[in-house]
Amino acid sequence: MKIQRPGPVAVVLALLVGVFLLLPLLAVVPISFTPGRLLTLPKGSLSLTHYRTLFENPDWLASILLSARIALFTSVIATGLATSFALGIWMLQPRFSQLLVGFVLLPMIVPPVVSAMTLYFLLTGMSQVSHAIGFDSVIGVTLAHVVMTVPFAVVMVLVALAQVDRRIDLAARGMGAGIVQRIVHVILPNIGFGVATAALLVFVLSWEEIGVTLFITSVDAITLPRLMWMGLRDNVDPAVAAISVVLIVVTTLILLARMALQRRPDFEEE
Amino acid sequence: MRPRSAFWPALALTAPLVLFLAFAYALPFLGVALWSVTLPEPGVGQYERLVSDPLVLSVFLRTFRICFLVTLIAVACAYAVTYVWVRGSRMQRRLIEICIFVPFWISLLTRAFGWLALLSNRGIVNSWLQALGLIDAPLALVRNEPSVIAGMVHVLIPFAVLPLASAMRAVDERVLLAARGMGASRLRIFWSVFFPMTLPGVIGATLIVFVFSLGFFVTPAILGGGRSIMVAELVYLRMFQSPDWGLGAAISVALVVLVAALMGLLARFARLGLMGSGR
Repeated sequence: MKIQRPGPVAVVLALLVGVFLLLPLLAVVPISFTPGRLLTLPKGSLSLTHYRTLFENPDWLASILLSARIALFTSVIATGLATSFALGIWMLQPRFSQLLVGFVLLPMIVPPVVSAMTLYFLLTGMSQVSHAIGFDSVIGVTLAHVVMTVPFAVVMVLVALAQVDRRIDLAARGMGAGIVQRIVHVILPNIGFGVATAALLVFVLSWEEIGVTLFITSVDAITLPRLMWMGLRDNVDPAVAAISVVLIVVTTLILLARMALQRRPDFEEE
Repeated sequence: MRPRSAFWPALALTAPLVLFLAFAYALPFLGVALWSVTLPEPGVGQYERLVSDPLVLSVFLRTFRICFLVTLIAVACAYAVTYVWVRGSRMQRRLIEICIFVPFWISLLTRAFGWLALLSNRGIVNSWLQALGLIDAPLALVRNEPSVIAGMVHVLIPFAVLPLASAMRAVDERVLLAARGMGASRLRIFWSVFFPMTLPGVIGATLIVFVFSLGFFVTPAILGGGRSIMVAELVYLRMFQSPDWGLGAAISVALVVLVAALMGLLARFARLGLMGSGR
């Protein structure tokens, strides 16, 4: 039982901040129904023109598919690498593992623009070998996204592992299970939810990655955020409003579903 | 109690990711560092420019000023929401959770666009003000520094919430109970007992938000409209508009050094914080 509940002042302040946080998301909705070609509030009539653009303009459709493909690859690779890494760390001595964890978290801590420059260096170098794996290629972008998102997956899986009771693993080992059996039959089933969350997070992060993508693509690998960026920088294209609304709705639904899943009785806190 | 046999398999499990990042991240970063002392000619000329070129200096100063303000506002806002999130009723907690985490998962671009929709010349605020007859011409609410700050605060609040929440959760209820037992008012309990106990979380949140804000690129580029350029955008411009890779690389290295120093500070405070809570 909490002794000190927030008073009216705290609640009002928190609500104001909450409104501030939701405001820009809500603002997109009316703009997306404008019939005009400019970024304006609809006057009188509502229109779905800009939503139709998303399906009819080949650029939008192509970039949506490309982003989905890259995000899927990134999610599988990054989650796999992160899960393997986290399992290893969980079994290693703590002193030694701190250094390794610090190293793999670097892309999350280093300013994105520095990572972007670093990956630009890498991919232009790889272009010398083959254009299919270097600058402005699907494989290159996937590689860069794996680098940028893998720390988040590592954190997620490590958090999940921290909640596993080590005695279960000890029991399995005591009964003669080898390392593969311990991982497959004992540890992985216990961190399934965490690994799934990591995969989802990586997918979303890759799907919306722009800071690095901007540096490493030019004309071929135009991902959805890259296309949105072009629609935002020069002349604000209301189709960006339509795609934004779609993204907000989809993300919110996924999050609410995840919250509902997580609120199974055994997860309820307090 | 760990048999030696588990060491090598465990290390082997960590190897793929470590090797991958060594090849795809650490090595190329060394390459960038090399650029900074070889382009356009060998020497430390680019680093001299960092401290002498008036344009670069003014961009750095602006970045620090904006990041400082953003950090202050974001941490204060985050404190208010986290307080209600951690200590509020069930209903309040759910509401706050949605307000914090839905925007968190939504792309930076979408959020920047949301601010444009709200604040631009034909945006919602200006349309309403004009419809109400309060103003004749639209106000310039966007493509300036305040809009950049608003956009950055919006992105950074959730990052401040997590360290604050863990500090607030660690506060021992019995201490608050003792304070009330001795007759302290609600306000007094908050300021003299609760707030000081959460200070390590405040410091942690401040450092994290400041470090993250330094590298901001997308939000200032869109909301600043090319006028209030920050360091990250300067790197982008130097790379792609006026090819000056050496300077871009030197700025990158300087940023990494700065961030490393701040993270070192954070690690020290985290350790102090752990000792301070002394549980």
